[in-house]
Amino acid sequence: MADVVRVERLRVVARDERGGETPIVKDIGFAVARGEVVALIGESGSGKTTIALAIMGYARPGCRISGGRIRVGDTDVLSLPPSALASFRGRRVTYVPQSAAAAFNPSRRLLAQVVEGARIHGLMPRVEAERKAVELFRALALPDPETIGRRFPHQVSGGQLQRLIAAMALLSDPELVILDEPTTALDVTTQIEVLRAFKKVVRERGTTAIYVSHDLAVVAQMADRIVVLRNGEIQEQGMTGQVLDSPAHEYTHSLLRAADPERRARRADGRDASPEAPLLQVSGLTAGYGGIGRDGLPAVPVLRDVGFTIRRGSVLGVIGESGCGKSTLARVIAGLLPAALGVVSLNGASLTANVAGRTRDQLRRIQIVFQMADTALNPAQTVGAILARPLAFYHGMNGEAQRRRIAELLAMVRLPPRLADRYPSELSGGQKQRVNLARALAAEPDLILCDEVTSSLDTVVGAAVLELLDELRRELGVAYLFISHDVSTVRAICDQVLILYAGRIVEFGDRRSILRPPMHPYSDLLVSSVPELRLGWLDGIGQAHLAEAAHGAIGADDAELCSFRNRCAMRLEGICEAEPPPTRILGKGTRILCHRTEQELAWAQLGDPARAANRETVP
Amino acid sequence: MSTLDTVPALRARRIRVSPSGTAGLAVVAFWLLVAVAGPAIAPFPPGHISDAGVLAPISRAFPMGTDYLGRDVLSRIVWGARYTVGVALLATAIASFTGTALGLCAAARGGWFDSVLSRILDAFISMPSKMFALVIVSAFGSAIPVLVVTLAVIYVPGCYRLSRSMAININAMDFIAVARARGERTFYIMRHEILPNMVLPVLTDFGLRFVFVVLLLSGLSFLGVGIQPPNADWGSLVRENIEGLREGAPAVIMPALMIASLTIGVNLLIDNLPQRRGATAEGH
Repeated sequence: MADVVRVERLRVVARDERGGETPIVKDIGFAVARGEVVALIGESGSGKTTIALAIMGYARPGCRISGGRIRVGDTDVLSLPPSALASFRGRRVTYVPQSAAAAFNPSRRLLAQVVEGARIHGLMPRVEAERKAVELFRALALPDPETIGRRFPHQVSGGQLQRLIAAMALLSDPELVILDEPTTALDVTTQIEVLRAFKKVVRERGTTAIYVSHDLAVVAQMADRIVVLRNGEIQEQGMTGQVLDSPAHEYTHSLLRAADPERRARRADGRDASPEAPLLQVSGLTAGYGGIGRDGLPAVPVLRDVGFTIRRGSVLGVIGESGCGKSTLARVIAGLLPAALGVVSLNGASLTANVAGRTRDQLRRIQIVFQMADTALNPAQTVGAILARPLAFYHGMNGEAQRRRIAELLAMVRLPPRLADRYPSELSGGQKQRVNLARALAAEPDLILCDEVTSSLDTVVGAAVLELLDELRRELGVAYLFISHDVSTVRAICDQVLILYAGRIVEFGDRRSILRPPMHPYSDLLVSSVPELRLGWLDGIGQAHLAEAAHGAIGADDAELCSFRNRCAMRLEGICEAEPPPTRILGKGTRILCHRTEQELAWAQLGDPARAANRETVP
Repeated sequence: MSTLDTVPALRARRIRVSPSGTAGLAVVAFWLLVAVAGPAIAPFPPGHISDAGVLAPISRAFPMGTDYLGRDVLSRIVWGARYTVGVALLATAIASFTGTALGLCAAARGGWFDSVLSRILDAFISMPSKMFALVIVSAFGSAIPVLVVTLAVIYVPGCYRLSRSMAININAMDFIAVARARGERTFYIMRHEILPNMVLPVLTDFGLRFVFVVLLLSGLSFLGVGIQPPNADWGSLVRENIEGLREGAPAVIMPALMIASLTIGVNLLIDNLPQRRGATAEGH
């Protein structure tokens, strides 16, 4: 087959502060054959997006394509004049960005935006473009393909937006589509349907594509060939199966290791949940936004009747999709969002709902670390000043003692002491998250609320932060409430896990027993939605499961009924809509909220769905 | 922030003033000096009428000519510096400080406090500034403190709007939530977490607003409610000699140049204030 794209000795440089030029892509060469999907994989800073953009003849501000050749079809991209580049992009090469939400204009209807590119390039009349767009909507399994285009971007979900932008990219039948981390910002359950839709369309249309990602498991489903990048250099390239099964390069090995939850979990084994006294007890917690009504419930409930216990020095994981209330839980415990009902008690003493009523010692014992390391550090303060404040505030520590302690804290999170003098903007993402952690440790807390602390980090950097958390737990005896949407991360480091759906705990139990069958239908959906690091995983997903995934998450409602009922493939008609689900203790030791019996769940999840489907009513 | 004191050597290294910033600083310092030492260095008292005739050109005895009554322009500019630099800078400083403080409070406290304050100040913006000044001055007389306060009050709502909107953006960031969860009081959060991130835009606004205050002050003087004759601020000097413009008399050009030099100096200084290497939350 003829190559559609051929990149030779591509070199991109970035200008630094002193006016010098640093190469960020170093003499890269690869080719993409017609109908082939090639993945560029690597951590942030590996140059993968820079290469993808260079293929469109574009370099970000401050960067410059300084050498090499890029051929797409018969065109030498780098020698095109600007006017020719404009008609080249969007017609022959199209681009799907990571955040579709940021790529759509919020004040225009979707269909008008999807056909805009084709209109600008004068490829086809409006009516034909719209007809073709609807066709693509159908191919991408969007709901209501005829009418979805009349909506505005805020009226569709994130997964749907991502598919709409793919439709935009495919509309002009381009020779090449570049997909830049198209599912990274999505929940696992949403990711599945988007990946399925992408794969189907790519296969049916024989699209040639470059798929940029940091996620090996996703790439394993999508790509024919993988190019592994690091620091702007190619480490290894080969067929997907071969790279996954017998990676040639050490760096690929380390990527595979970091992506493999089982390997990480093995490290956590061999320790038992400590038998110590409860540190934090939460019961009957109900919280949300808006005014409190006469029934004592907030106008927009986010958490409903949540209760659990964290023991000293242990790790409780909280898993759920975005919008399930997991971040709200951390805010309620920290006192940032006062709960409407329920009690939070620390060491047996109940805490006031609002942070203002808590004693300084109680405040010190609970610290919070946020997901976005960028916005959690004050850009106007040096790292030293950021760490100094909790030392002075909680411990009255000043002067020389304070300076020594700052150095100690930095050492604890594996940062060199000279960073004390830097501003947050001068640090990398991983370093910022370590400073966040150090600030929490400065208080000498009993409990750290970790809200998605590794989600914005690369796999390898994230794995290092997790390792650090685990070490600190062992050395300092600090407990964590570990919030994540990533099932494998939670499985790897938590002692106990609770699964939150639409503000309710649907399953709660020990690490070793939770997330394996029999389990709550939602737990099952979560577990089976995590991309596995093997070929063909995506194609092997069952239909019932896909329907659940495609439904999309819902918010909390007032009803006492099961919050998962509208989406559940194992729903019992006439029961789930009528009665609140009972609490069941499963044989493996976890507590679930479900009408289904343990036996039925086991049948469904261990490969005998027919027997599970048999029951129509409660016996 | 106590670490700042513990590492003085490292902090000092960062401060680097650009040449244009130094020029701005020199101009502002020069005018401040003239304002303070005015009576001592002016060749004539402000009302002294010379024998060189009206609107005379530049000469050895009158380096900036004479005005429409035959007074020495240089002397009048030196005396006027007190009013322009003193009144205008002071009024702008008060407006900027008050507006920023109120904006911070409104953003940090939120709720009814923010709503009430914002509506009151919005209502204020709807009043024509000259009319307001006329009412106040006719009620309280045109003493210097009254003028300063009046000018400041007129420009508070604008400063408030700007700082409130910035503070609200910063207040939504996670580092504020961290400070709040740590148990910090609202004042600490305003002063140490929010304010340092909005200093640059607030100062830039200060430079612009200063120019407006100078113009308003000269407008008021023209209407007879500003600086009272025989004293005059620079704006009034331009206005009272405006008929000399046709002949190119220095009496009208010189005060205008002085106003330009001061406003450019202030803005040069502010735009080139030593910046941290780190960016602020506003993305500078």
